[in-house]
Amino acid sequence: MIGEQLFLILIFPGFLFVSIFGLATQFMDRKIYARLQNRVGPPWFQPLADLIKLLAKEDIVPCDANRAMFTATPLFALTAVVSAFLYLPLWTPHSLYSFSGDIIVVLYLLTIPTLAFFIGGWYSTSLFARLGSVRCLTQMFAYEVPLFMGILSAAVLANTWSLADMVHFYGAHPWYWMFNIPGFAVALVALLGKLEKVPFDIPEAETEIVAGVFTEYSGRLLAILKLTLDIEMVVGAALLACVFFPFGMELGSSPLAFVVFVLKVLAIIAMLSLCRTIVARLRIDQMINFCWKYLVPLAILQLLLNLILKGVLTP
Amino acid sequence: MPDKNKFKIPIGPQHPALKEPEGFSLALKGEKIMGVDIRLGYNHRGIEKACEERTYIQDLYLIERVCGICSHSHSTCFVQAVEEIAGLDIPKRARYIRTLIGELERVHSHLLWLGVAGHEIGFDTLLMYTWRDREVVMDILAALTGNRVNYGINTIGGVRRDITPDQCKDVLAAMDILEERTKYYIEVGTQETTIVKRLSGVGVLSKEAALKLDAVGPTARASGVDYDVRRDDPYAAYGELSFDVITDDHCDVYGRTVVRLKELMESYKIIRQAVKNMPDGPVTVRAPRKIPAGEALGRYEAPRGEDVHFVKSNGTEKPERVKVRAPTLANVQAVKHMLKDRFLADMPIVVAAIDPCFSCTDRAISLRHTDKNKKEIIDWPTLRTYGISWYKSQGIDFAGLNKQLLERIKQ
Amino acid sequence: MRIGKMTREVLRNFFKKPATVLYPVEKLDMPKNFRGKLIFHSAKCVGCKLCMKDCPTGAIEIRPVGPAADRKFECEINLSRCIYCAQCVDSCLKKALEATTDVELAQLDIKSLKIIYGPDLGNNPKK
Repeated sequence: MIGEQLFLILIFPGFLFVSIFGLATQFMDRKIYARLQNRVGPPWFQPLADLIKLLAKEDIVPCDANRAMFTATPLFALTAVVSAFLYLPLWTPHSLYSFSGDIIVVLYLLTIPTLAFFIGGWYSTSLFARLGSVRCLTQMFAYEVPLFMGILSAAVLANTWSLADMVHFYGAHPWYWMFNIPGFAVALVALLGKLEKVPFDIPEAETEIVAGVFTEYSGRLLAILKLTLDIEMVVGAALLACVFFPFGMELGSSPLAFVVFVLKVLAIIAMLSLCRTIVARLRIDQMINFCWKYLVPLAILQLLLNLILKGVLTP
Repeated sequence: MPDKNKFKIPIGPQHPALKEPEGFSLALKGEKIMGVDIRLGYNHRGIEKACEERTYIQDLYLIERVCGICSHSHSTCFVQAVEEIAGLDIPKRARYIRTLIGELERVHSHLLWLGVAGHEIGFDTLLMYTWRDREVVMDILAALTGNRVNYGINTIGGVRRDITPDQCKDVLAAMDILEERTKYYIEVGTQETTIVKRLSGVGVLSKEAALKLDAVGPTARASGVDYDVRRDDPYAAYGELSFDVITDDHCDVYGRTVVRLKELMESYKIIRQAVKNMPDGPVTVRAPRKIPAGEALGRYEAPRGEDVHFVKSNGTEKPERVKVRAPTLANVQAVKHMLKDRFLADMPIVVAAIDPCFSCTDRAISLRHTDKNKKEIIDWPTLRTYGISWYKSQGIDFAGLNKQLLERIKQ
Repeated sequence: MRIGKMTREVLRNFFKKPATVLYPVEKLDMPKNFRGKLIFHSAKCVGCKLCMKDCPTGAIEIRPVGPAADRKFECEINLSRCIYCAQCVDSCLKKALEATTDVELAQLDIKSLKIIYGPDLGNNPKK
């Protein structure tokens, strides 16, 4: 019993699987980004090679930094994202540990990496890291609300707070996912903010504040942070796939369901890469303006639409 | 009582935003810039001094390497000054070839700038595309002059190579390709929302401020200052070619982008005219090795603005004094003014918008006495003996080290 | 004013061949007049040393070889000092120097960057 649980948590579909999947999606993202720019892009083993190289290097902790917080925050971030993955339905309607209300838990677990980056950057005591961490938190005020509202409006239509029940609901009514398309657009753009990708990569703006939060990290800690970012992308994409495109999950635990899951996640990653390619980076005040002026009204609209439909369709 | 929110952040000398080392020390309050301290001199190589110890022919190649992007500008400016002292009248074909290479260099420099500006605002796609299209110009320049940068086409008395009709055809074909691509970039630059939002209202320099701070080149022309050395003091073949001087009223980084993009279109026009109207004839006149005594000022419209070279000769094979004033030195004073009350995020693009080339800029350094309060100007031999005696007082004797270095070079 | 104005171009480029040259698997040809490594024709040299005078870096050295009456010269070029400006090619009145398009000149040992062209070796230098 314990052995089986440990296998599920640590190997498949737990830590090892999600790490490898994270590296693979980083490769896909970089390759698509490069091909869109008419370049060749890295070979398939590049993210793995980067990880191994970083693990082999020395950690340097700045002498003014708080050593305990500096070294502990990457681990917090990594644990949070892997735990979030364990609550997501992947290719079966039930995740490993589903319960009612787990959609809120997943969203909260996804907030922890942002706070961890803020704490890690702040305790680095380097000017660039502090600026980056403050921007990280400011950015959170902008994208968090649209992201939550977009995802929760789909839950409102299904009249449940459990991901497993949502999948069952949408499985029972095949075409209802079409009503959530504006919410999907909102959640996709807000996810760009959470993952800190262009146009919202303000906390990590290379040309302005060197590397932002990650400036002082090196060696194994940086490897853990980069792995956290990759897994965060997988978790975000899988969350979007399970909430907005919940088909193919009723087929049971078969290889076909697994393939459908992988294809869905890769499609969302491809959309994220495309968004990354065609726009420039915004300034922090412009980003907050944009999110509150355009994303939030659209999310509110989606929420109202779903409330009305709920009343109309399921009397 | 020091304000807790204020702190000083060093941008440079090493920073991902800057392509070359220079020191900007920003005083920040939150994300707002309260003040800027500029410190230059990290790229000083002693070129002006080195020019005095080499003959004019050797100096050509040294001056060319002041900067990689505007190398032809520096070389032509220097050669124009020397030819004026020597009283040489270079053939017309040489003038046209110099103009052709100069405009091709302007095309390559502006495309490079567009890519760098895209990178500074986080738009890497623009960087990749403009630099891919820049390869067309680099290949043409390699075929015409023999190298992709540092063309080495000038010599005292004219140019070193001639252009064949086949090469002329290649140049015209390349211009067609580039014109189409530039039209696309003009569309993207003026219509893509995120670019316009990042570039508008940033780095504002009014016309009065531009005139007072002596800004030159596209930086000034974007503020409405209608001045271009090619039209107002023609050199090479510009007196016989027709082109427009582009000015713009936006006074900000967006205006500078528009000015540079439209200047690209004008360059294509000039290149086509130069190729079509190229007169026949020799490409060089014989120049003496010993240039008679005199002094002259050469001016040239480099891609970044007005480039000025002062050459003083004394009848020998080596010049007595060469002074280079690059356009970036004139524009860097305006950066302080432009960054007032702006955000930190605007800093890279404002600096990039003056198209800085700090290799061009660093010519003279001023040393500060630590123990005396007065300033004095000392000449080179005094400085040298002072330096040797100071190091000897610290226990370092250079004579032995010099001998070791010579032995190592000989091996 | 549109967001994502470059979308169509970007998607079109996704299906085109990349613009990268996969060096060193693929090699690029330099144009005909490219200024690469220099070669020296000893038979034409008369030992006037104008090339040495005009070289901006002092990378070329002409030395007599054998008895002085033979008027044979050898040339030593320091590839690490040469800036490939080809001024010596222009200065030589007898056309004894020529620029080739050979640009792959990197070596692991700094001593092998000094090449000597002698009268009996033709165009093949000895290092």
